Amino acid sequence: MLSQDNTHSDYLDSILSRHQHNTHNLLQMLREAQEHYGYIHSEAIDYLAQQLQSPRSMIEGVASFYSLLYLQPQGDYRVLFSDNITDRMLGNIDLMESMCGQLWVEVGKVSEDGLVSINTTSCTGMCDQGPAVLINNIAINHLTQDRINSLCELIRERVPLSGWPLEFFAIEDNIYKKDILLDSNFKSGSALAEVLKRSSEETLQEIKTSKLRGRGGAGYLTGSKWEFCRIAVSEQHYVVCNADEGEPGTFKDRVLLNTYADMVFEGMTICAHVINAKKGFIYLRGEYRYLLDHLNAILQRRRQQGLLGNNIFGHANFNFDIEIHLGAGAYICGEESALIESLEGKRGTPRNRPPFPVTSGYLNQPTVVNNVETFCAASLIGLHGGAWYADVGIETSSGTKILSVSGDCARPGLYEYPFGVTVAQVLADCGAKNTQAVQISGPSGICIAANEFERRIAFDDLPTAGAFMVFDESRDMFEVARNFVHFFKHESCGFCTPCRVGTSLLSNMMNKLANGHGSPYDFTEIEKLNVLLLSTSHCGLGHSACNPVLDTIAKFRPAYDKRLTHKEYIPAFDLDYALSQARQMTGRDDTGAHLERIHVSK
Amino acid sequence: MNMPTKSKLRIATATLAGCFGCHMSLLDIDERLFELIELAEFDRSPLTDIKTCGPCDIGLIEGGLCNAENVHVLREFRANCKILVAVGACAINGGLPAQRNHLSLSMILEEVYHAQHGLVDGFIPNDPELPLPLDQVHPIHEVVKVDYFIPGCPPSGDAIWKVLTDLIAGREPELGHGLIRYD
Amino acid sequence: MSQNNKTPHNKNQATFILDGKTIPFTEGQTIIQAAMASGEYIPHLCFNPEFKPHGSCKICTVTANGRQAASCTQQTQADMVVESNTKPINDERRALLQMLFVEGNHFCPSCEKSGDCQLQATAYELNMMSPHFDHFSPDRPLDSSHAEYLLDYNRCILCSLCARASSDVDGKNVFSLAGRGIKTHLIVNAKSGKLADTDFTGDDKAAHVCPVGVIIKKRVGFAVPIGKRSFDEHPISATPHPKVRDV
Repeated sequence: MLSQDNTHSDYLDSILSRHQHNTHNLLQMLREAQEHYGYIHSEAIDYLAQQLQSPRSMIEGVASFYSLLYLQPQGDYRVLFSDNITDRMLGNIDLMESMCGQLWVEVGKVSEDGLVSINTTSCTGMCDQGPAVLINNIAINHLTQDRINSLCELIRERVPLSGWPLEFFAIEDNIYKKDILLDSNFKSGSALAEVLKRSSEETLQEIKTSKLRGRGGAGYLTGSKWEFCRIAVSEQHYVVCNADEGEPGTFKDRVLLNTYADMVFEGMTICAHVINAKKGFIYLRGEYRYLLDHLNAILQRRRQQGLLGNNIFGHANFNFDIEIHLGAGAYICGEESALIESLEGKRGTPRNRPPFPVTSGYLNQPTVVNNVETFCAASLIGLHGGAWYADVGIETSSGTKILSVSGDCARPGLYEYPFGVTVAQVLADCGAKNTQAVQISGPSGICIAANEFERRIAFDDLPTAGAFMVFDESRDMFEVARNFVHFFKHESCGFCTPCRVGTSLLSNMMNKLANGHGSPYDFTEIEKLNVLLLSTSHCGLGHSACNPVLDTIAKFRPAYDKRLTHKEYIPAFDLDYALSQARQMTGRDDTGAHLERIHVSK
Repeated sequence: MNMPTKSKLRIATATLAGCFGCHMSLLDIDERLFELIELAEFDRSPLTDIKTCGPCDIGLIEGGLCNAENVHVLREFRANCKILVAVGACAINGGLPAQRNHLSLSMILEEVYHAQHGLVDGFIPNDPELPLPLDQVHPIHEVVKVDYFIPGCPPSGDAIWKVLTDLIAGREPELGHGLIRYD
Repeated sequence: MSQNNKTPHNKNQATFILDGKTIPFTEGQTIIQAAMASGEYIPHLCFNPEFKPHGSCKICTVTANGRQAASCTQQTQADMVVESNTKPINDERRALLQMLFVEGNHFCPSCEKSGDCQLQATAYELNMMSPHFDHFSPDRPLDSSHAEYLLDYNRCILCSLCARASSDVDGKNVFSLAGRGIKTHLIVNAKSGKLADTDFTGDDKAAHVCPVGVIIKKRVGFAVPIGKRSFDEHPISATPHPKVRDV
């Protein structure tokens, strides 16, 4: 039964009515409920279940899927340290331990007084200005020991975040190289004005002529995708912008949404015109919550300008509007069918395909899902035409690509290049020295070694969603792979057996090697798991979870060999440590109360 | 396996954290024991009462690892046996003893020796003669390399016989329907 | 999607090849559906012919025209060449089974479902002699709150058949999956988290679909003795879905 007081109904009623009691907005309601109450109380779930006439287990199932939603009380200050390898390289773990020490709290726990909770989270998209934290979902970057000390002070004094020094919240764009997109000085409405001089069929033709391919990594031809969706007969068509920029090391969409949002929205509107959609969504990762008000303000301005809403640009029957949905910490929702599930207010589990979203996407209606950068490019094509765009870049890969450069270099940030640029060129431009390896397109991408730096960023050579993480010769590539494997384990949705269990097994085995318990046996096991994940997983996450390991084994084998310290198999756990509880309880410390790690023959 | 034709195979057996049920099942091969004795002789085993294991062809391990002594015995077997076989559910997945694994050992010892109703002046035994318990019970493959497994609780005499005869004949052991059982 | 023009246009059904045998299929059937209709066994756990394919356990993985796919969700196409009972595929299936065994706590000797358990029987079928990997030993408490039924979460393999049966057949939503990744787990539709506080009954379809030993009817666990159970009589390949014993 619900409690007598109205603690939860008070705030939930306004949330429910704002979302018209629509279960498809469940994730949004849960997020807002948490913003109000600090976590999602079990009575809040009951109230939502009653009001939405949905089973509470379904609501609990959704809420417990997303790592930024909490079903238990958290600290008043909820501190999440971004834990990408680039944060690690900048010393995030030491800083986190310092903070834990100063605030008397263990990692993963809430302090006894309920003041603060501290934990790690997957890459928050601030690799160019790390180490980074999210405090109550607000980003604070450029962490130093001094800054950590200040944060601890503010938290201890219970100063509300609104009273913290503004410079703590500064987020830089860090654009170091502009090309046609970042240097376009785009004026809102300019592309639509051109597009609406043409028929939607002609606009589609321009997109096809441009040979634009999706910028999210898979590189599907945008013109074909739009055409499939356009010809799919259905009541509604939808445009979805994938701004769930979760691939570690990627942060270009953050900048595009911060400074180039009009291009994104306009590209979506052009797509709507082509596929005859009335509604669009931006699925914005929860870590970018701070962009929400800014983006909503721009959407409002565009409505006032007649660029969104009914009769856009005075064209009768061109009605289109955009709604922003926030994610809540789930990398898998960058996979388009999982994203659609999440948009529908469900757990972000990838669907069985076919059917594909272009014929059966949001609410099983034909849906185009494109990356933020793809829509920006569509705006440029709308403005300048497909032939103009196709002229940039190289034969297989038209246009430009924005790279998010981070790691060991002098100038981490955004670099826009026409396709075809070599890795060596990018390294020179960003001031990288003694580079050992570059991870292209994040953990799910490819790791290349120095002898491959003449390879090109292009769909037929090194395709990428944008991440470009640089590792110099001082870095241990085994640890890089281990960080990525841990990431996949954390982000596996849990739907299919190989990925759910396999990513944990892989992570455990990498830890075993790291802990000095490795032998050739374990190495063989890792290789077998890689094959199994690759061949049997349900979606790209499982398929790519072993990429970092496969690549580093192939290219940095000595980093593994030096960890295969034992010739024969030894256990993953420390046998002597396994006796420590018993030693403590019995007070014994004689030789019989210990076990050597390795068997000593008589 | 290339076994000398004349000399008999040496087999050792041991029970770690188990109930001796698998050993009882070994005896369940009944009159085939005579056949076995023709082919093999027993080294360390509860059947021979030999206390240490010498070089052997086959080691049969019943039971999982719940304490330090289990680990010593298992290591002795691994070091001395050409082929190590895990026999029965406990050796293979920890079995019944492993059902304590979700509880902390401190909590268990506290409950058993201090808190339990009816105990007077309870204390946790600390005699150095007693092997210390591990914080979790492990199947043997988590601690040493194991060559073959005979599942079952216990495996039937027929299953044990099938694997032994396969091994002795140099065949890859195979249990078909009816012989492969986990219960 | 693609039309195969080479399909022989005789009046008989379209066919595909499964391990060298010609198998007929009808439009829309997935590989496993067509195979089972012809009495061919493809190992599986989350698939149940009475329910829409789910595709999560991946035990039914096959190669279809050279590409690996879950046969429960992969649509059959004319002249498709499917390989199922091969050593490499059975090795992978065994590894997936071993993953399921170490992920939960599967102590067959003390399980009421032993002998009627599809996980166990499939492991027998694939000659799984050990769980191979290190055990996770998760802490999963039992729920004995319900008068007639016991929930033993230790044995859950997250196939979601109970959830599907409850929502699709019973119209109740008693069961759901919660959590993510390796922390994914089954929950019931009650604030207390207890089965007794849901509208679950023994008449529900959901009470009879668990392929393992999670949803257990109380007091009849060993009414049929070990040794006289479904998969004691026949291997699972002979009777993949034996009639549920009415006790």
